Amino acid sequence: MGFSERETLVVDANAPGAIVSALNRAGFEVIGPTVESGSVVYGPISTGENLPRGFTDTQEPGHYRLNPHADGSYFGYVVGPHSWKRYLHPPAVRLFAARREGKGFALEAQPQEAPPRAFFGVRPCELAAIARQDRIFLGGAQPDPTYRTNREGAFLVAVQCGRAGGTCFCASMGTGPRAAAGFDLALTELSDGGRHEFVVEIGSPRGRDILAKVPHRLATEDDLNAAAAVTARAQAGMGRSLEAEGLPKALLAGLESPRWETTAARCLSCANCTMVCPTCFCTTVEDTTDLTGDHAERWRRWDSCFTLDFSYIHGGAVRRTTASRYRQWLTHKFATWFEQFGESGCVGCGRCITWCPAGIDVTEEARAFRTGSAPKERT
Amino acid sequence: MTTSIEQLLAEQPYFKGLSASQLAAITGCAKNVRFEAGEPLIREGEDANEFFVIRQGKVALEASAPAGPITIQTLGDGDVVGWSWLVQPHTWRFGAIAMGLTRAISLDGECMRRKCEEDHDLGFELLKRFSFLISERLEATRLQLLDVYSPPPARGLRR
Amino acid sequence: MTSLDPMAPVPFRVLRTDRETADTFTLELAPDEGGPPFGFRPGQFNMLYVFGKGEAPISISGDPGRRDRLVHTTRVVGAVTAGMGALKKGDVLGVRGPFGTAWPVDETAGSDVIFIAGGIGLAPLRPAILHVLANRRRYGRVVLLYGARTPEDVLYRRDLRRWRAELDMDVYVTVDRASRDWHGDVGVVTALVPRIPFDRDNCVAMLCGPEVMMRFAVLELLKRGIPASMVHLSMERNMKCAVGFCGHCQVGPHFVCKDGPVFRYDELARLLKIREV
Repeated sequence: MGFSERETLVVDANAPGAIVSALNRAGFEVIGPTVESGSVVYGPISTGENLPRGFTDTQEPGHYRLNPHADGSYFGYVVGPHSWKRYLHPPAVRLFAARREGKGFALEAQPQEAPPRAFFGVRPCELAAIARQDRIFLGGAQPDPTYRTNREGAFLVAVQCGRAGGTCFCASMGTGPRAAAGFDLALTELSDGGRHEFVVEIGSPRGRDILAKVPHRLATEDDLNAAAAVTARAQAGMGRSLEAEGLPKALLAGLESPRWETTAARCLSCANCTMVCPTCFCTTVEDTTDLTGDHAERWRRWDSCFTLDFSYIHGGAVRRTTASRYRQWLTHKFATWFEQFGESGCVGCGRCITWCPAGIDVTEEARAFRTGSAPKERT
Repeated sequence: MTTSIEQLLAEQPYFKGLSASQLAAITGCAKNVRFEAGEPLIREGEDANEFFVIRQGKVALEASAPAGPITIQTLGDGDVVGWSWLVQPHTWRFGAIAMGLTRAISLDGECMRRKCEEDHDLGFELLKRFSFLISERLEATRLQLLDVYSPPPARGLRR
Repeated sequence: MTSLDPMAPVPFRVLRTDRETADTFTLELAPDEGGPPFGFRPGQFNMLYVFGKGEAPISISGDPGRRDRLVHTTRVVGAVTAGMGALKKGDVLGVRGPFGTAWPVDETAGSDVIFIAGGIGLAPLRPAILHVLANRRRYGRVVLLYGARTPEDVLYRRDLRRWRAELDMDVYVTVDRASRDWHGDVGVVTALVPRIPFDRDNCVAMLCGPEVMMRFAVLELLKRGIPASMVHLSMERNMKCAVGFCGHCQVGPHFVCKDGPVFRYDELARLLKIREV
């Protein structure tokens, strides 16, 4: 496994800032990692100065800490609570505004869309997550207009992972720690033994155009080996795995397993896992009016299958218990997603484990069903 | 051509599968009856000394209520009306009224009980049939109890 | 916004309102200001938008042969449906649709057809019944079993009288409770299944009503030897977007809004037995 199959270049430690500037000049609004409230989140960045340097994170079930790290690397941390769905499938979207007209109503023109965006620092698991959402929102007969607008033209600068976070399990999901495709540029940070450079893979013609504006040289065999070693190190350091083989069958056979109750006793039904999950796509639709009653709006907002309201039909909610809601989430992610979209709904980013206040670990839950330590069926 | 009561009984799906001797035994307890529209077959609270197999017609099972009788179930051709003759203290718990001209076979309760005591095979055959009938009515009653078409109950959320 | 936006309602004007029962009503709509005609397949639904109040999924109840009229029968269960109930002739309602799968009325030509409806469940079956009656010669026996709570809750009385008068359609109406002035049947609709004539090797059943009622009715049909694959039912779930994006209406792997609402029973059989799926 090497990097040699595509055009590969090497840039110096100033390159991240130079790439951000080149993207800005090319008309992109650049969104990248920033530090806020003690965690790495994604927000607008205008210069390389905005990038968090010299940070690493500690992640465990129900635990996240961002710590300073002496080596001054750019990408010593892994994924935080944000994912790119905030920008592609935003938490709140106004679908339309309408005003009363006589006995009827008229829809008002929507304000024009934002400038094209570049996402800087997209990890391999996140590229996989974007591909999952592409299939949901663009893969059907009728694409989602909002997602399409945000996705079309988005420039992706990926970062190959040099370190596995405490809750990562991408290797077992086949989504990382190195991405082979799906990006315009992919950086591998080399920051060993006094060296600080980036190996850059060119993933598209426009990726090449941007990199042409940044000082670079051709990668040598040694550079390629060093880059391969970076992701190999991440892979070797990954403490968690999820065996997906046979899991859909095991989960669906266990729909009435008492294990759901066991997990529900810990689950707070807080919906954190669904909010931080980069593939969870559920939304609700809200219709509102102003106080005059003459102006109405329709908003689409992120929603979670963990809320009682989610499954409401007249007469009450279908999924009243936490056990049934946890089951819906887990079986959707790891079983029925295959039937719907032909692949797993999980990319192994580990966010749901880190941000679960009760520290529920999906890899552990999946293992319980696969190994049969969760009784198959109550009859 | 007149049809014998034994033949009429044999034609009823309810008695299907009984042996000739069992049918003959029951025939001794049976008679043809006929009710005009509005005429009661049985009255709530009275002694339950018979049951009916409807040959043709329609019967309403009723419970009396202050605002007038409430129909609980309607029965038609081939249906059996009444099992209180089998269950002590042999008193009708509900009433039944013919909704139109109704022809039925009446089977005398005391006679039937005696036949069943004399011939336990017959008794068991009839008990199986009545158990089926009772379970069917119970299931229907439970479904009615669920009141599935009712307005939304005050549980969960409202919108 | 383009007119292709699946979330944007199109204005329809109310031509006529009819009260069906104490809590149900029928709206007859037409595209506002000469909009294009509205085609649909029996069993499909629309998202109806009451300006400022919100939106609700409502099945289409009209004649699929008439593209100039859109008919919806609705029960008041909340603010949005109450808003629909308050609409008057000339008012405007937003419509998105039609969405979802259809009753298999064309695929099953030549066979006996059994319709089983409970309560408001007659509304989504009405277009299928109208279609079958309009093409009566293409089908075998046609039976409708309809259960309602009380005689006062019986929908489409005029239709039922007309369908009953058709010499080649059997219509059974039963209610859960009644006083003496009701001369029809009293009892659960599932109890009628053992009585009806049909060719179990060549028939199709279409069911719509409360899930409990459908489950029991299916059991009776299976007892009579109908293959599970010939039983179809319409499911109700929380539909917000109706285009498979919002995730609310999932039942197992199915999005009820686009994989349903009409399902083959064997697709759902196991899921219907599991609580809170």
